[in-house]
Amino acid sequence: MMKKVLSYSWLVLVALFMYIPVLILAFYSFTDSTTIGAVRGFSLHNYVTLFTMEELRNMIGGTLLLAVGAAAIAAVLGTLGAIGAFYSRPVPRTLVETANRVPVVNADVVTAFSICILLIVVLGIEKNTFIPLVIGHVVLCTPFVYLAVMPKLKQMDNGLYEAALDLGATPFQALRKIVLPQIIPGVISGFMLSITLSLDDYFVSTYTKPATFDTISTYVYNATRGAQTEIKTALWALSTVIFLVVIIAVVLMNLAASKQPKTQEVSGHDGRERE
Amino acid sequence: MGTFRFSRKQLCIPYALFLVCFVVLPLAVIIYYAFTDGSGRFTLENLLSFFTNGNTIGTLCYSVVIAVAVTAVCLLIAYPVAYVLARSGLKRGPVILMMFILPMWINFTLRITALKEVLTLIEGNLSLHPFLNTIIAMTYDFLPFMILPLYTTLLQLDESLLEAAADLGAGPVAVFFRVTLPLSMPGIVSGVTMTFLPAMTNYVILDMIYNSTYIMGSLIGSYFNIYDWHNGSMISLILFAGICIVSIFTGKADQSDLDNRGAVL
Repeated sequence: MMKKVLSYSWLVLVALFMYIPVLILAFYSFTDSTTIGAVRGFSLHNYVTLFTMEELRNMIGGTLLLAVGAAAIAAVLGTLGAIGAFYSRPVPRTLVETANRVPVVNADVVTAFSICILLIVVLGIEKNTFIPLVIGHVVLCTPFVYLAVMPKLKQMDNGLYEAALDLGATPFQALRKIVLPQIIPGVISGFMLSITLSLDDYFVSTYTKPATFDTISTYVYNATRGAQTEIKTALWALSTVIFLVVIIAVVLMNLAASKQPKTQEVSGHDGRERE
Repeated sequence: MGTFRFSRKQLCIPYALFLVCFVVLPLAVIIYYAFTDGSGRFTLENLLSFFTNGNTIGTLCYSVVIAVAVTAVCLLIAYPVAYVLARSGLKRGPVILMMFILPMWINFTLRITALKEVLTLIEGNLSLHPFLNTIIAMTYDFLPFMILPLYTTLLQLDESLLEAAADLGAGPVAVFFRVTLPLSMPGIVSGVTMTFLPAMTNYVILDMIYNSTYIMGSLIGSYFNIYDWHNGSMISLILFAGICIVSIFTGKADQSDLDNRGAVL
């Protein structure tokens, strides 16, 4: 009994540590106070600023567009790469696998710096074209799509593809109608993960972005170094909005997962075999 | 010329080219820059200056100390959490796990902003306790990345081994240290790599907390700001070499890379 109480109170303590700052910020985002601790009246003006100030709206819109765009490119590139590598001989496959691992294990700041040196310093591509930024984010995301799709390919029943060919399907048809439906959960998972990676990125963005463009991360970072209080408190509202969106997304995912037959657990460790 | 035949292998070509252009080539370029000077001549000076410059060596040591401390604190906090979630038969274990993972998806700069406001309220001037605040902030940021791999490993632990140990006379403490802990090593290794490296390189957290950048990553940032590509490349290369050595020991790419980033769909 004592053990249970102790262990549950540890869970509660850690959860409090993780949530109190975000919750306090959420509370103060609904007031008109400019610092934490000084309670004034209820106000929605932070939310009004957040959704009406053009600078903030552009920044949020740009971040989302970049995340979805990079994730989409990464999903296509990574899926094709995984299918191709899966059917390749061991040597090329190992080469792709190794190169794919580099951005995964590398420090983000090193990845960002090396891409910046190649594209901007050596090749002289203008940052204003957004090309370095998009390439950087695709480099960040694609390896995870590849890693998400590969186990689905390994689980796949290979006989189905051969059967489709025997029954007269072209290889392309067989891929589209037989292989793709079987690996699509991996593709979606990789795509979603890519969005979260891109949204959370600071380093690649800051090294490759045009000077006039900001993602949420670079914007917030710059705002902590002496921004107007109006922007500072509007960012509290942004934090709260993102917090709510994440909660809703997680709840929806859990509902979707619990409706499915027991093939996929909530935590996603759906018995994918390890090598 | 023979007619073009579609083969599944060819689907890999775009990604292989992409990897060569934007992963391999950038590394080749930083190797080139690291070993040349401004006029393109080969030099070892960047390497030597890294090891002789008191500032860079000091930064390296400081960031190792920070990273060790952050990793240790994260491990000490996360292990009991993961253990309780995975082993104590909580009915809604996976849902509660979600609660501990969820902050991972809130932009880290916003979370650090939140933490900074709270810490400022408690402590006043944050630069009075730079080391403590660095540890708190990084622990706050990286904790989910430590909990997740530990949970995954502990969940897969074979209960019968623990029972066998207990039957053979081991007390609860002995069972933990001689069975549970060794068996959870893969999760510990995963979690440590997920925390240690960012702790050494994520200078944004430090900078946001008390306007100081005194860890490895920030060296790259400062060379970047003064357009010193050669020294910046050398630091990047040294970091990358360190990462390669570590990842040789921690094994090859597998599912865990994915799970650790919270691929929970």
